[in-house]
Amino acid sequence: MALSRDQIAQRVAQELQDGFYVNLGIGIPTLVANFIPKDIEVMLQSENGLLGMGAFPTEDEVDADLINAGKQTVTMAAGASIFDSAESFAMIRGGHVDLTVLGAFEVDVNGNIASYMIPGKLIKGMGGAMDLVAGADNIIVTMTHASKHGESKLLSNCTLPLTGKGCIKKVLTDLAFIEIKAGQFHLLERAPGVSVAEIIELTQGELVIEGDIPEMKFS
Amino acid sequence: MSGFDKVVYSYEEAMAGLTDNMTIIAGGFGLCGIPENLISEIKHKGTRGLTLVSNNCGVDGFGLGLLLPDRQISKIIASYVGENAEFERQMMSGELSVELTPQGTLAEKMRAGGAGIPAFYTATGVGTPVAEGKDERQFNGRDYILEEAIVGDFAIVKAWKADRYGNLVFRKTARNFNPLAATAGKITVVEVEEIVEPGQLDPDEIHTPGIYVNRLIQSTFEKRIEQRTTRPAGE
Repeated sequence: MALSRDQIAQRVAQELQDGFYVNLGIGIPTLVANFIPKDIEVMLQSENGLLGMGAFPTEDEVDADLINAGKQTVTMAAGASIFDSAESFAMIRGGHVDLTVLGAFEVDVNGNIASYMIPGKLIKGMGGAMDLVAGADNIIVTMTHASKHGESKLLSNCTLPLTGKGCIKKVLTDLAFIEIKAGQFHLLERAPGVSVAEIIELTQGELVIEGDIPEMKFS
Repeated sequence: MSGFDKVVYSYEEAMAGLTDNMTIIAGGFGLCGIPENLISEIKHKGTRGLTLVSNNCGVDGFGLGLLLPDRQISKIIASYVGENAEFERQMMSGELSVELTPQGTLAEKMRAGGAGIPAFYTATGVGTPVAEGKDERQFNGRDYILEEAIVGDFAIVKAWKADRYGNLVFRKTARNFNPLAATAGKITVVEVEEIVEPGQLDPDEIHTPGIYVNRLIQSTFEKRIEQRTTRPAGE
């Protein structure tokens, strides 16, 4: 079975470590916040200028001056700090954020990512995504493995305008956890009940399979 | 009367000198911390051919979106423009020119503009459409592109509190691009919720020193919320 959005988030959350500063993009990445293991502390960075993002506010706590990068009302966790946008991107560009999780339309074997524009269809802008992929070392891309029409999103070459070049090393899809190295995809784990053959079928770029591929574990 | 007193008492006075085809840098992220009354004044003035530099372009009928129906903006430099149907129509028809700029690059362009730095190298955008036509150079084996600073004829800024000398304090994430915009205007106009006397703000807590501010006006704000998300009480 392909993973649900929540399960993708849950698997990403297993990559979090105690003391990590983390930036979560819009969509599935945002859900990762719901699965942070109870025994560790992480601090969420929101690129509009907040480190230490808390839960959504109650109706009484709503404050128009306190939002996240998705423009949603939020609260601040204990130990939070507020700063301007240049400071925020100094953290990101300076490599101070430990883990970045973001969505994409396409990823290719050379670690290129396309996530912000479909010419003629969707032109909304890159927001902070180009800064995030250029500035972070540790990035996990979350997306569905293929489109609704069965077209692979894991390609030998991205077809859409790039968000970043050669910057992606890990991709978690609804079918597989994949590492990118030396111009190839490497299959690390598969979703429970999904066969290696199914993953090969829906991966257009070169995919390396070494030994037995374990199923992802959800406790 | 002090030469440092920046307070003005009408919006007409606040935006005096703004003329067609000028460049305006605006603070704000989405609808959070936007100089909403200064934007209304620009609409009221009917100034046209403007280049706007702002992370976003408001929504239909609020924020910078107010300047779209009368086609007052000819070019916008922004990182994300997704919430606005009229914007999309003008962009697709070519009436409005859009320069999509990564958010961090946009912030740094303002910061550099205000600090007298003409350009800077960044890894952001290398190998993407953003890099087209820009100088590329390697430092320590990594590729970077040259991005130029931005200075505005005007900067329009929203702060929380100020003293009469234009020392500014921002509130929560309404800070965003505002302190950067404040440094990068030839004329910087700030609207605030409260103005106090010099000496009443703790110098250690001032986010933007008054040297960057030319005009200051006190007002009230709607503070519209774009995505009101809540959790049930008691959780």
